[in-house]
Amino acid sequence: MARAAYDDVVLAAPVTVPYVRYSIRGAHWFLGRALARLIAAAKIPKTRIDGLAAASFTLAPDTAVGLTQHLGLTLRWLDHVPMGGASAIVSIRRAARAVQGGDAEIVACIAGDTNHTDSFRRNTAAFSQFARDAVYPYGSAGPNANFALLTAYYMRTYGARREDFGKLCVAQRNNALKNPLALFKQKLTLDQYLNARLIADPLRLYDCVMPCAGAEGFLVMPRQTAERLGLRFARLLGAVERHNAFPDDPVQYRAGWALDRDQLYAQAGVGPEEIDFVEAYDDYPVINVLQLEDLGFCGKGQGPEFIRANTFEVEGTFPLNTSGGQLSVGQAGAAGGHLGVVEAIRQLTGQTLGARVADARRGLASGFGMINYDRGICCGAVVLAAA
Amino acid sequence: MSRMRQDANVAEPRPLRRKNPVLRTRRPTLPPSARSRIALGLTAAAARGRLELQVCQDCDAVQYPAREACRACLSDRLVWRLQSGRGELSAETVLHAAQELFFRERLPWRIGLVHLDAGADVIAYLHEKVSAAPCRVRVEAALDRAGQAVLVAVPDQGRSDLSDDAKLREMTCDPRGRKVLVTDGKSPLGQAAVRALAAAGADLVWVGEAEPWKKAAGFEGLRALPQATIVPLDVTDSRSVRELAGEIGAKVDILVNTADCHRTSAVAARRGVEIAQLEMDINYFGLLRLAQEFAPPLKARAADGSASATAWVNVLSVFALSNYPPHGTYSASKAAALSLSQALRAELRPAGVRVINLFPGPIDDDWDQLVLPPKITPAAVAAALVEALKGSVEDVYPGEVAQDWCARYLDNPKVLERELTEEAQ
Repeated sequence: MARAAYDDVVLAAPVTVPYVRYSIRGAHWFLGRALARLIAAAKIPKTRIDGLAAASFTLAPDTAVGLTQHLGLTLRWLDHVPMGGASAIVSIRRAARAVQGGDAEIVACIAGDTNHTDSFRRNTAAFSQFARDAVYPYGSAGPNANFALLTAYYMRTYGARREDFGKLCVAQRNNALKNPLALFKQKLTLDQYLNARLIADPLRLYDCVMPCAGAEGFLVMPRQTAERLGLRFARLLGAVERHNAFPDDPVQYRAGWALDRDQLYAQAGVGPEEIDFVEAYDDYPVINVLQLEDLGFCGKGQGPEFIRANTFEVEGTFPLNTSGGQLSVGQAGAAGGHLGVVEAIRQLTGQTLGARVADARRGLASGFGMINYDRGICCGAVVLAAA
Repeated sequence: MSRMRQDANVAEPRPLRRKNPVLRTRRPTLPPSARSRIALGLTAAAARGRLELQVCQDCDAVQYPAREACRACLSDRLVWRLQSGRGELSAETVLHAAQELFFRERLPWRIGLVHLDAGADVIAYLHEKVSAAPCRVRVEAALDRAGQAVLVAVPDQGRSDLSDDAKLREMTCDPRGRKVLVTDGKSPLGQAAVRALAAAGADLVWVGEAEPWKKAAGFEGLRALPQATIVPLDVTDSRSVRELAGEIGAKVDILVNTADCHRTSAVAARRGVEIAQLEMDINYFGLLRLAQEFAPPLKARAADGSASATAWVNVLSVFALSNYPPHGTYSASKAAALSLSQALRAELRPAGVRVINLFPGPIDDDWDQLVLPPKITPAAVAAALVEALKGSVEDVYPGEVAQDWCARYLDNPKVLERELTEEAQ
């Protein structure tokens, strides 16, 4: 059965609560600032928000439920999305159907986390039952270890070189240098990348995302509402999500995008060749490559060749992670997946903080999250179009 | 005089340097020990030196990490079963950064992802002899310094001891280069233990001697061992224990409690409690006296370099599991010692000092004269003791009888009790 289209569901009001490496604030502060920025950007009273989809790792013991009272929201639709880097995509899918069905009119999709000096260790130590039982006791390296294993396997199997991953990181840094909110403000050379401190072989320092505090948010609403409010918006053409795909692969070299990309492009009515820019989930460069392959921009195993053939910078060929991505902006916990969606909305509505892709009409944003044990479980992608 | 020796019996000796006494004694740190209850099945098997994973009784799917329901058919009939551990190393990494102090103090760490032939994917430490991925490996279960099970991949072929690997050696209590106290060196078992520990490369073995006026065959021969030093120790005398602890307690790396009193006494066979009291005084209170004096200095030196304090070994008896009525009071004293050893284990765990219990079956000595063979020789128990220290276990059942009792006990303790009662009649 063909999935119903997302006619006239739009995304608007992309906001970012500026990132900081460490904060003494709680997660509620960052999510509260995100909501405040959303209503300021949309020029609506708080009471107009009637739906909320929230994602955060450091909100405990609260969930989205606690946020309603904490932030004084009276809602008729509420979702807590504990899917890490896939939360933005999943929030969009949930919110879009709610808006289409009239269960909510304006859904705030927010994600954010605080980062105290010991937060990351605490979060990884108790990330999941499988991680606590069967990963953390092996060196307590958190996702660095998982992605090192994935990267080592990918390099060995498909002939990728450190220089290939380095090229992506350098290109993203160049994109970030134009984004005033990026935490990394220095140019990164390939030499610096290759010779950085070893973290988990073959990963070195600039392969690893930097945890920080911050928040991202956007609104999902019917097109008519956006027009009435005078908001610039991006249209939702297609969206997919998949959890625990390919469970029998000994090492994750592909994820759910490979199962769902045909449906994504069929629903969107556009193919990968018609996408003007991509916001991929990039906590480590290898996962960028998996997305480029699984989302059909190149074949499986052709990632290295594809990297060598493109520049990935905003003004170059195949603009990728145009705000700098998490690798150069920072990873504000669960906001990591929202970063790409927010940047995609900015690109398609002409509100970029940094450089804008010339004539950007269609963008793809994808999410990936939750290294529950040996691989990322949740993934998804959306195709957005300019109004 | 330097006590460092290169023992000809020891393969590839690594230099074990004792800490400079002027420097600060580092406090022990531990690897993370939090686990879900279901995952502790791995630890329970590892404590006996076995790799067991959950196997679905309905569809045979092997599970890892531990689950509450089968990943294939959702059955909840998941039973821990012995595994060969054979598989292929899919990918590996060397960690150069870690979040927990224990790992940070010991970087780098080599870990990998292994696809078991049985069908599960496991993250495991890699023994330094494992070649680069991809390659065939065998996964074993070991106990880390927190006493929790971890998986270790070793080469598929040949023997690879954990103690051959500089980092994984810490998961063992290898006596090589260490100073050991054997609390009773006079019994045949005690003598065998002293000789086995010396042969395993112990730097120094203090040999406890109670009642020096009593001659014991073979005991004088221990004086010829260059590693052995005979010290007065009577575990029934609190002052004797305290005095020895004051003298050598801060140097002991491994304590092996061989002190044992065994009288074949059924409950109603004789009047009075004197014999039973003597058994308790040595087997139970002796352990308690030793623990009170020697456990604190062991804990204090648990992070003292590569020759740190590392283990406490109790030679119990398989009779501790379930009472053997012809040896009724002895069984009771060993059961009391077993119970106390669990408390001692809990107290030593925060320091990473391991308590190992040996549960030998009947030993081929005078006190087990009337027990039918098979019986285990003192030398075989001593060999099992050394193997336990060089390995990564908590509970050892040396010999066929002990293995048999253990299997019967694990199968159904009430049935074993009934069987032993029948045997006694």
